[in-house]
This record gives sequence, C-alpha cells and structure tokens, in this order.
Amino acid sequence: MVVNLLEVNGLTVTFPTPDGPVRAVRGISFGVDRGRTLGIVGESGSGKSVAALTLLGLTPGASVGGQALFGGDDLLAMSEPELRAVRGARIAVVFQDPLSSLHPMYRVGWQITEAIRAHTPASRRAARERAIELLGMVGIAQPRRRIDDYPHQFSGGMRQRVMIAMALALGPDLVIADEPTTALDTTVQAQILDLLHRLQQELGMALIIITHDLGVVAQTADEVQVMYAGRIAETADRRTIFYRAHHPYTLGLLGSVPSAAGRGRLTPIAGQPPSPIRLPSGCPFHPRCAYRMDRCTVEEPPLLTVGGGPGHRSACWLPVDARRSEVMV
Amino acid sequence: MIRFLVRRVLFGILVLWLISVAVFVLFFVAPHDPARAIAGRQATAETVALVEHRLGLDQPVLTQYWHFLVRLAHGDLGYSYYNSEPVRSLIVARLPVTLSLTLGGAILWLLLGVGIGIASARHPRSLLDRSATVFVLGGLSMPTFLVGLLLLYFLFFRLHLLGVDAFPGGGYVPFTQSPAQWAQHLILPWLTLALVSAATYSRLTRGSLLEVFGEDYVRTARAKGITEQRVVYRHALRSALTPVVTQLGIDVGALLGGAIITENVFGLPGLGQLAVQSVVTQDLPVIVGIVLVAAFFVVAANIVVDFLYAVLDPRVRRR
Repeated sequence: MVVNLLEVNGLTVTFPTPDGPVRAVRGISFGVDRGRTLGIVGESGSGKSVAALTLLGLTPGASVGGQALFGGDDLLAMSEPELRAVRGARIAVVFQDPLSSLHPMYRVGWQITEAIRAHTPASRRAARERAIELLGMVGIAQPRRRIDDYPHQFSGGMRQRVMIAMALALGPDLVIADEPTTALDTTVQAQILDLLHRLQQELGMALIIITHDLGVVAQTADEVQVMYAGRIAETADRRTIFYRAHHPYTLGLLGSVPSAAGRGRLTPIAGQPPSPIRLPSGCPFHPRCAYRMDRCTVEEPPLLTVGGGPGHRSACWLPVDARRSEVMV
Repeated sequence: MIRFLVRRVLFGILVLWLISVAVFVLFFVAPHDPARAIAGRQATAETVALVEHRLGLDQPVLTQYWHFLVRLAHGDLGYSYYNSEPVRSLIVARLPVTLSLTLGGAILWLLLGVGIGIASARHPRSLLDRSATVFVLGGLSMPTFLVGLLLLYFLFFRLHLLGVDAFPGGGYVPFTQSPAQWAQHLILPWLTLALVSAATYSRLTRGSLLEVFGEDYVRTARAKGITEQRVVYRHALRSALTPVVTQLGIDVGALLGGAIITENVFGLPGLGQLAVQSVVTQDLPVIVGIVLVAAFFVVAANIVVDFLYAVLDPRVRRR
C-alpha cells in the first residue's frame, strides 16, 4: 500500500457544550498525496471543515482522537511549537471569505511577509520581493504597486488570490482550501478554481478542497469524500462519485445540483441535517432517506466496499452492486 | 487623510461656537446682576451704573455678544469678580496640575485596565479572570472620593504613623521644580483615578478582545504559524482597541475640564478645584472660562480619537 503524504485514521472531534457533547467528527479516515486533490463534500454541520482544521489545531476547545500522520509525524500528537512550525509552512489554509479572513487593518504585503518571516530567516526586503513574486504568480496585475494596498482596496476575487498567495508563500506540501469559492461571484469562482488547479499542477502539492458544492469538486478533485453527520458517507474517485454513486445521500446531492444545460428538475433532499447533539439512531441519514429499510433505523452501517470502482466505499446497507445513479442522473 | 482631519477640526470649531452661544445666553442674559455683585451690597445706584458701563452691560445684548466673541477670539476670558485677576491666567496657572493628574492617571489606568483585560480574555473563566471580575466590581461600585480617602488613610496616614512618609497627603509640586517630587505628590491621585477607571477598561478590553478572537482573520493569523503572543498583540489587540480608544477620549476629555473630586480629596490646585471655588463665590467669568476650556478639551479629545481611528483603521481614512 502506498503511504500518502497525509494519512488520517479514526479522527474524532468532540466539542463540549452546555447541551451535551457535540460529536462533530465521528471517526473518519482519509488520505491525500502530493499532486493529488481530495474533495470533501457535505452540508454545513457535516464536520468537513472541523475535520480539516483540527489537523492544524485550529479548533480550540475540541477534544480530539485518532491519528493524523503527515510525512510520518502525527499532527494530533504534536506540541504547540511543533505544530506551529507546520502551520503555514508545510500545511497552509485558504479560508472561505477573503474579506473577513484578511486582517482589515494591515497591508496585504505585510500580511504575506509576516508568514514568510515567521518561518524563514528572510530579510524584510527578501520577504517583500518574494511577496511581490507570489502576487504576480496568482495573477494580480502590477503586484509591485498593489502590495501596499489594504484588503478593502481589492475585489472579492482578487482578495482570494491574495489569500492563495499567502498560503503558497512557503511552498507548502499540503494546502487546505476551506470553501474557497463560496463567498465569490460565480464567474470568479471558476477563475479561482482554475488558479488553484493550475498552481497545484505546477507546484505538485497536495490539495484538500472542502465544499458543499459538487460542482466545485467536479472541476478539481481526483478523489471525493462525501460527509454526513460527522462520518464519511461515501468515498471514491471523482468519476465513480458522479456516474456510479452508491449512497442515497450522494445521489441526493447530485440531484440537487443545477446543471447549466437546464434540463430536468432539481430534486432537493427532504428534511434537515440532523442535530449533532441528538443524532438519529442507526444510520444518521435514515430519516431523510427514500430507500430506508428496517435495519437502517437501528444499526449504523460501516464504510463498505461497493462495486463502482477501485476504492469505492459507501456507508449504506443497500446491496453493494446497486447502481441507481444511472437511473437518476 | 488631511481632508478628513480638516473636516473634523472645522466641525469641532462649530461645536465650540455653539457652546459659546449657550454659555453666553446662560450666564450673560439670564437674570442676575454682576455689576451689583462687584460693586457690593452697599454701593449707590451711581456706582452700580458706573460698573455696569465699564463692563459694557448697558449695551444691547447683540453688541455685548459681539464683544464677548471678539475677546474670546483673542483668548481674553474677562476678569474674575472675586479678585479681578484675568480669568485666563487663573486657568493657565491651574492647567499643568489638571494635565499632570489626568494624563498620568490615564496612562496608569490604561496599563492596568488593558493589561488585566488581555489576561482575562486569554484565559476566560480562569482564576485570574474571576479575580479580575471581583476587582472590577469593586472598582465600579466604589465612588472616587472613597477610593481616594482609603488610599490616603492606608498609604499616607497609617504609613505616617509608622514613621514612613512614602506618599505625601496632598499638595502639588510643579514638574519644572522637581520631577521626583512632582511624581511623588501625584502617585496617590493617579492611583485613585486608575483604580476607579481600570475596571471599565479591563471589561472593555476583555469583551472586545474575546469578540475579535472569533474573527476569521485571527484564525488566519494562527494558520500562518506565528506565535500566539503575536496573534494576540499584533492581530487581535489592534482591532480590539477601537472601543478602548473611544472610551479614553471621553474620559480624558471630561477629566481635563477638571477632575473635581480627586483634586479636592488630595488638595490639588487644578481646574476642578477652581471650578468649585468659583461656583461657591458665584464668580461667573471664571465659571464661563472653565466651561469653555472644558468644552474645548472634550472637542479636542474627540478630534484626537478620530485621528487615532484613522491611524488604527485604514478603512476609516476613506470616509
């Protein structure tokens, strides 16, 4: 078995609250290697962002279990200084809303050079030159002039380019993009995804894209992992997810994606995502599932290998060779 | 940036002018008889009329207002009824005391309040945070004069009985005469102001900082791998200071018009003491002078706050 750059095993994340523990992530395993893109898809509250940010210790107050091997070292067992050396330098994050994620009171150049100088002994001048180079690389015109602008002087798409430049500043091995296009206009979304994809191809890093939008995954991901209620519902390569999906939840997501051709009606998934404090018995998706069986209400299905393709696994009690996606799509 | 400041200053001048009108209406048009007050109860009608003429009180109200404005523009605030000294020199003589008291106190309560606030915000619900809450409640619920008197009792009187005279019980020594004595005489008044105000500032800093800790850009800062120290002081605190600066502007502006209670407890000859004296002796020109000076400080403090906003937050500069 090939050892991936990142190997997460049995990750659990629980937040204590006055109403009881919120089990945001309930034992998930995944991996991603250099040059590959993993798409993590799910509704808000499915635990997709928490799972990724916990790797970097960015979920304060959480109690965390499991193992996250990054280049052989367990991120979850690292001390704060050890983890700090990884953050920003070897694993970088691109956040959702670039307006709120960049500090409004500092120039973008300052914010980028700060990251560089936190991890390298680069001089102020060298860091600045590197920042200008990075801004040019992510497609910001006249970077030498724009470097001294404040975030509010950029458009949404340009701000996200600044975020990406900051993430790439130290040539990380892994970039986690947490809903990188959600806050942007549709036309800009495609540009940002292209940029991320192109840079990944050039720099050969591993990329995790977290999104609620299957359209984003369709453009970029090699492997896709669908999350529901803190667990992985289904995981497979991109083609399998889109053409031979097994889990009814994945099928529901596919049915609710509007297509540009505009054919067919959208089929929303009935009901609401479950409360993470009071999860349903058995399979957490069963209250919303059209294929519910008696077994689903009492016994939670593990991730089972199903027949769509290599590595195709689904947490569903339906027969392994069920191929309803052909019927539905 | 310069246009922004010019606009603020012009607006400040407008506010001061409105206050001068209000002061004029209140103190020169309201029914009272300054000429008789100056001439004395036994004075003849002629004497009173003469005084009235000398003061220009026999002229039409608008003319009087014009003269009042012209004199004001020259920095002439008139003469005290009580001892005929120019109001301006009375105020100028007191100003260093009030300035020393307020600015020193402000620095002390900022250090204390913001420091405690940061520590509380970094460890919410810790023992330190809880003790700070108790301290804050104490500070908030104790009146200034009580804090001042308690400090006097323990740090002056009790120490004095023990033969230690570390802190003088009152009075003022000009900085130019002896900086060490100046500071020594002001320590207890400074502490009084600081203990009373630090409470507000620590709560303000704590609340504001906790809010900023939840901001996305603070998470970004952490994700960069910079030290927690840097996250707190360079990233979070800068945004969190905005409400602190506002409060500071209000407090300092108000205190510069006379820290009445503190000055009286410690026998400091500042503007506040002058204000109390002139109210007691009904020395109207002095009262007017102090009101105008106090108004000036409030307006000036607000302009400084606006300027600090612009320095702190680049987004403000566009407005």
